[in-house]
Amino acid sequence: MRTTPFLVLSALLFSIGAIGVLVRRNAIVVFMCVELMLNASNLAFVAFARQNGNLDGQIAAFFVMVVAAAEVVVGLAIIMTIFRTRRSASVDDASLLKY
Amino acid sequence: MNGSETSLPWLTILAALPIVGAVLLLALPRRGALVKQVALAVSLVALGISIGIALQYDTGGGFQFVEEHNWIRAFGVHYALGVDGLGLLLVLLTTILTPVVILASWNDADDARWSVNAFFALMLSLEGLSVGVFAATDVFLFYVLFEATLIPIYFLIGGFGGPQRSYAAVKFLLYSLLGGLLMLASVVGLYVVSSRTAGGPSYLLQDLMNTGMSQNTGRWLFLGFFVAFAVKAPMWPVHTWLPDAASEATPGTSVLLVSVLDKIGTFGMMRFCLGLFPEASRWASPVVMTLAVISVIYGALLAIGQNDIRRLIAYTSVSHFGFIVLGIFALTSTSQAGSALYMFNHGISTAALFLVTGFLISRRGSKMIGDFGGVEKVAPILAGTFLLAGLSSLSLPGLSPFVSEFLVLAGTFSTSITAAVIATLGIVLAALYILLAYQRTMTGPVRESTRHMRDLNLREISALAPLLVLIVILGFFPKPALDAVNPTVSSLLDRVHVSDPAPTVATDPEGASR
Amino acid sequence: MTYSLLYLIIAIPAASAVVLLLGGRLADSWGHLLGTAAPLASFVLGIVAFLKLRDDPTQPLHQHVFTWIDAGATFHVEFNLLFDQLSALFVLLITGVGGLIHIYSIGYMASDDRRRRFFGYLNLFVAAMLMLVLSSDYLSLFLGWEGVGLASYLLIGFWQQKNSAAVAAKKAFIVNRVGDVGMALAIMLMFTTFGTSSFAGVRAGMDSVSAGTATALGLLLLLGACGKSAQVPLQSWLLDAMEGPTPVSALIHAATMVTAGVYLVVRSSFVYEQTQAAQTAVVVVGLVTLLWGAIIGCAKDDIKKALAGSTMSQIGYMMLAAGIGPAGYVFAIFHLLTHGFFKANMFLGAGSVMHAMDDDVNMRRYGALQKVMPVTFLTFACGYLAIIGFPGFSGFWSKDKIIEAAFHENLIVGIGAVLGAGITAFYMTRLMIMTFVGQKRWVRDAHPHESPAVMTLPLVVLAVLSAFGGFLLLGGWIQNWLKPVVGAAGESDLPISATAIQLIVLAVVAAGIVVGYLMYLRQRVADETPQRVSVFTRAARADLYGDAFNEAALMRPGEYLTRSLVFFDNRRVDGIVNGVAALIGGTSGRVRRLQTGFVRSYALSMLGGSAVVVLAMLAVRLT
Repeated sequence: MRTTPFLVLSALLFSIGAIGVLVRRNAIVVFMCVELMLNASNLAFVAFARQNGNLDGQIAAFFVMVVAAAEVVVGLAIIMTIFRTRRSASVDDASLLKY
Repeated sequence: MNGSETSLPWLTILAALPIVGAVLLLALPRRGALVKQVALAVSLVALGISIGIALQYDTGGGFQFVEEHNWIRAFGVHYALGVDGLGLLLVLLTTILTPVVILASWNDADDARWSVNAFFALMLSLEGLSVGVFAATDVFLFYVLFEATLIPIYFLIGGFGGPQRSYAAVKFLLYSLLGGLLMLASVVGLYVVSSRTAGGPSYLLQDLMNTGMSQNTGRWLFLGFFVAFAVKAPMWPVHTWLPDAASEATPGTSVLLVSVLDKIGTFGMMRFCLGLFPEASRWASPVVMTLAVISVIYGALLAIGQNDIRRLIAYTSVSHFGFIVLGIFALTSTSQAGSALYMFNHGISTAALFLVTGFLISRRGSKMIGDFGGVEKVAPILAGTFLLAGLSSLSLPGLSPFVSEFLVLAGTFSTSITAAVIATLGIVLAALYILLAYQRTMTGPVRESTRHMRDLNLREISALAPLLVLIVILGFFPKPALDAVNPTVSSLLDRVHVSDPAPTVATDPEGASR
Repeated sequence: MTYSLLYLIIAIPAASAVVLLLGGRLADSWGHLLGTAAPLASFVLGIVAFLKLRDDPTQPLHQHVFTWIDAGATFHVEFNLLFDQLSALFVLLITGVGGLIHIYSIGYMASDDRRRRFFGYLNLFVAAMLMLVLSSDYLSLFLGWEGVGLASYLLIGFWQQKNSAAVAAKKAFIVNRVGDVGMALAIMLMFTTFGTSSFAGVRAGMDSVSAGTATALGLLLLLGACGKSAQVPLQSWLLDAMEGPTPVSALIHAATMVTAGVYLVVRSSFVYEQTQAAQTAVVVVGLVTLLWGAIIGCAKDDIKKALAGSTMSQIGYMMLAAGIGPAGYVFAIFHLLTHGFFKANMFLGAGSVMHAMDDDVNMRRYGALQKVMPVTFLTFACGYLAIIGFPGFSGFWSKDKIIEAAFHENLIVGIGAVLGAGITAFYMTRLMIMTFVGQKRWVRDAHPHESPAVMTLPLVVLAVLSAFGGFLLLGGWIQNWLKPVVGAAGESDLPISATAIQLIVLAVVAAGIVVGYLMYLRQRVADETPQRVSVFTRAARADLYGDAFNEAALMRPGEYLTRSLVFFDNRRVDGIVNGVAALIGGTSGRVRRLQTGFVRSYALSMLGGSAVVVLAMLAVRLT
């Protein structure tokens, strides 16, 4: 079985995620798009692991999952806090941290 | 007695004592005179030790009281200390001035935002670091201590000075760091050069003298060191940090800055520029002498045009440092002995001038010359000490700076008549800037603002008296100091492969002592 | 011949100065007595040394005190004292006349609450001046040289609460410093050429130096001498120096310090013998100054300034003589001694008059004082007769010899010297008449009175010396005495016989007196300085525009230079540094605008960045 279809899928998913991050304003959606990008890379890792016949890629995928989980925890907490204070989950509204 | 026979590492003790004292001061309670008394006591003990070292010093020359331990083996860095005549003179200068400054700045930090403890602790740590700088015989150690001295002086200027102190402190720091950066590059370069020698890398001065580096390498490395020292010394055109720093800092800080720290510049030129890069020093000497002569005249002219007493003294120092550098790079034994002595004399004389004007300014609350007048009538001792310090600054014969200045000029005359003649014009300008300032502040009818000025009190007199006594004694009897520096100078000139031009007409020595 | 007490001649006044200056109020009650005793003690020691020297003139006394400077490989200066025939005369003049002036000052300064300090400064001066004449090395001579300059500075500015005094003091010091540059350079040249600056070493080497070096040495020393002796072009400080108390003017600015330049030239005779050019320069300086000073002296209404102009002029005579060479050295020194007597006498006399007239110095408010101040008048008259060269008085002998020597040198120089004598006679007659005879022009509440004995006694002694000082010439004593130092004068023919010269001089002097008599005794002296006067008078009142020239040529441009340099330093040198800082600050101010705060634009730039990195990696891979 060839690896290319998996990689094409991974690239598609990654692009969808990246575009989502760039165009969507809602923080939750942006967050989900980030997750999508992470999982796209996971897919590429796993596909390469299968191609090379070793477990290195799978281990990397696990690492990404762990990091993603941690990120979700922190990120959602931040989004919650912002939403509580500003009554909005739009990332463009939270632009105070500038020059 | 030399290093190998010494039982105790005296130089380390001398450098560490003030730093330990500084830590102790921070632990003391915030109020009361105890802090000041402890600081004074520590600095006096250090003075005692350094006098002991000076008495034990053998005037035969060479490095003495040597200590040497490996520090970073991979780079050949050592903890190595030792003093030759020049180093000894400057160590003595540091230890003499510190107690004087502490005594003179007794109440200067009382109203500052930071604590009195910090003020005196910074001063003591500065003393310790300076002793280390003058005694270091390892280039890396020297560099580290050289940069380390910036920390206490930065806080002394920035924490306890006048209204513009932050500006002055940052400016000073940036200038010094820039110079230090170039020196760091050269220090790294020295590592590269020395790691190619048979003995492996070493930062010890005596090892670095024998690396046989190529002409081009030598010149580039020389430049790195020289620029750092020129900023420190301060030479024209990199002098502009000094007037700001000296006029914003407290008088005591200015003394430590100008009299002690700036000497690292000229000291470094002699020990490192000439010692490590003899060929490059000969190569650079015409340019450096030109810059030095410009400094002499430029500093003096600027001093004449100042309205602020502290800035005036700062500019006179630019002029005096011009003389010192001129003497070093004229490359004759007479001028270099003069320069070495000049470092000490300038330290003492400028210290006296800064302190006495500090007393004057604190009484009136203004640094502007125009705000004074007729002080002589109400405070004759203050005026008298100001005049004596001023006369030493204009190199009146009979006072110590004359001997050194004349040696510098006479030595320079034998190699470059033009430089000597132009620099000699500086003595007229010196008379102008000192006497103009004296005339405007001290003479004339008593002004309303000066009518109730107090004369110097006992503490202030006892801070100034040692300096003034030294100025007079060394004016008539500079022999002890000259005996110490003569061997240093002659070994330096041997390294540079320069010998004094012989008198064009040999006279009968018997006739001379008729 | 070693004489181990030589150093005491200097040390006694020096120690006394230290005691007086550091003693504070404790010494107030007896300070003036100690101060007066010190130069007198030195005088006694000087006499002892003088007698020793007289017994054995071939062996000058000397003493090695200590090694002063020993630096580097070649620079070596000993602190040696030398008491030879030349020094001996100076030591006696300084301590003798100096002692008398100290005594006088006890009375003159009696009402000044800082009298102790005044004596301290005077002693400092005496010590420095003795240092100057006793040292056997140019560098230690320079020590005394600047020391007297310092003492002069302190004493001119003694009443420094007066702005004019403080300014005059500063001016004197700075003009002297200009001369000192010459002196310092000369010493450096000596070290470079001979490796030593001792008199003996330089003398030994002088034979083999190039003409250029010898001329340079001569001219540089002359510059130093011009500064100290107020010779043109460094003359401007002397008139202002009259701001000092009158005993100071008598001691420093008439009898001793201002003659140091003459001492220097005579002492350096071995230098000048090698260079005709420098000798000529000395003669020209002397001639110009003697006329310059005399002209100024004619126009001044301030008694002290008139005397100061006269001092300048008389030192011009000495310089002239010293420049002539061996034929003139002795007479330069001889005139220096007699001038020391009569000028000190007249200055002290002027002080006595001022004392009587409430410190008024304007001669237009004097007149007819001879009746109320007979002692002052009589002693002053001795000085007057001496300076105009009245036959028999000391000045007659000394000035006459100089004029003879001047004719011997050159006809023009001789005529100039005679002319100077005539002008001298005129302005001294004017001064004498305006002060002591004619009508009273006193201000209303003036009550002139004779000065106390402590002041008149020195006047009497000095008057006797002024009258009879010429006897030093008896039997050629002074020529023989100085022969070991300056060599013998060669006898040669004069273009005109000596007697003829004497007669001419006397005629010219008589003419000067007559003119003075006609202008100031026959006509009434105006109470106020007349304003409608000729261009010449105006020029002479303005010191022949010496100050104006200095101001226009040196002070104004100098002020402009320092001001523009201060501006340059603040704006340019410092400006470049601050400019760099501002540039960095400004750039970063612009660049930070990129931080918009919009997370999504950051994300876009990250994406773009990653794409660039990937593309770059691919590009590397593909090539």
